[in-house]
Amino acid sequence: MSKPKVGFYWCASCGGCEEVVVDLAEAVLDVVAAVDIVFWPCAMDFKREDVEAMADGEIAVCFVNGAIRTSEQREMAELMRRKSQLIIAFGACSYTGGIPGLANQFTKEQILRYVYQGSPSTVNPKGTRPQTETNVTEGTLTLPSLDESVKTLDQTVPVDYYIPGCAPPVKLLVGAVMAVLEGKLPPKGTVLAPNKALCDQCPRIDSKPQDLSIESFHRPHEIMIDPDTCLLAQGLLCLGPATRSGCDAACINGNMPCTGCLGPVDGVHDHGAAALSATASLGAAMDERATVKLMDGIPDPVGTFYRYGLPASLLHKRHFTNGNGAG
Amino acid sequence: MFDPNFEPRIVAFFCNWCTYTASDLAGTSRMTYAPNTRVIRLMCSGRLNPQFVLAAFRQGADGVLIGGCHPGDCHYQEGNYKTMRRVELLKRMVEQMGIEPQRLRLEWIAASEGDKVQRVTNEMVEQIKQLGPLNLDAIPQPEAGEQLEAVAAAEGVA
Repeated sequence: MSKPKVGFYWCASCGGCEEVVVDLAEAVLDVVAAVDIVFWPCAMDFKREDVEAMADGEIAVCFVNGAIRTSEQREMAELMRRKSQLIIAFGACSYTGGIPGLANQFTKEQILRYVYQGSPSTVNPKGTRPQTETNVTEGTLTLPSLDESVKTLDQTVPVDYYIPGCAPPVKLLVGAVMAVLEGKLPPKGTVLAPNKALCDQCPRIDSKPQDLSIESFHRPHEIMIDPDTCLLAQGLLCLGPATRSGCDAACINGNMPCTGCLGPVDGVHDHGAAALSATASLGAAMDERATVKLMDGIPDPVGTFYRYGLPASLLHKRHFTNGNGAG
Repeated sequence: MFDPNFEPRIVAFFCNWCTYTASDLAGTSRMTYAPNTRVIRLMCSGRLNPQFVLAAFRQGADGVLIGGCHPGDCHYQEGNYKTMRRVELLKRMVEQMGIEPQRLRLEWIAASEGDKVQRVTNEMVEQIKQLGPLNLDAIPQPEAGEQLEAVAAAEGVA
């Protein structure tokens, strides 16, 4: 019997998710022994034509990382969906939009204007912008077009499973691969990670006061962080109460607060709203003036609570009343 | 542009012990006020998950009004204080996302203040008429509808 075929693809991402595959270290040999990797643009020389030549559903499982921003990413997501029995959204960008999703606070026009004209390091007197088609003497050159907003993978094609994290913890990838190989997959749509909030796994949980009451929020560089005490108790904005575990508290062990990369636990559909709710409820302010002062300690609520999930949120992108980005 | 025929849709979350009772009082006292609110009773304003507010905007609300007991009067001691902090932070968040913070309003209305329900509702309807309809762009399919149903199902408020 031939080995099951596996593909990896990347869209709008940084490459960190590819690094997770490399971080399998010697376990990657077990994976390679058990499966055939048939497509992995980051590391192996297969082309789009090779995938197009396959029969529909020929690939057993494809791990797609990265958000969807361009026409090319959309086409590739659709192609991989057609050729694969299972599509796994791999990593925060693919699952909830990730860091690239923060671009949904701006219109496409605002982004192009800043990047190709406005930014201080840009010299572009003719205002040249990338074109989807350019005629040169050798023929016509083409480029993918930029979509209006950053989308998650499941806002583009149906997705079977999700692996959260920025980047996803290696053990979640190992767990997913083993589940596929052993045919022990949970119901479709499941997030392949523990369904408990990070606080539950936190090594500092014993130092979390019964009644947390945060007088003011600090940013990590503003205080000396005690390495053994609950970060919320120290006034750091830690998203542990509202974020899925599965990371073995990697950031906490590095003495930094959780920024929410694994997204929400099951049943929560807007991670930012849940994190905002948890954070606000822990504040000490008991009147309106103190509340305003407390919240001044969170200068960028969207960037704080939706750092990895703006496209998957209920609002999806910034609202512009006049629709042309001037607002 | 101002449209005189625009009738705002306002979702109102009122707490059982104070504001909902006040709106009952407004009704039994035969006070008339703008019919633009759809009132949802919560046991406490502290039950207001910020997801409810965003889901309301997502599903076509032009404004969200939240009514709770005055500070110090909460039936559950401190639910309204949590709401005060959540709404302050949520207002800042929605403003960053291009939604005018005036579309989100928190008021303390005691059970005896039927007239305040009347005044606040009328004021808010007037203010939202000035702002105009919200009309959020749709979320890319296929997930939008399922996402909303799932919020309702998970929260048991279908």
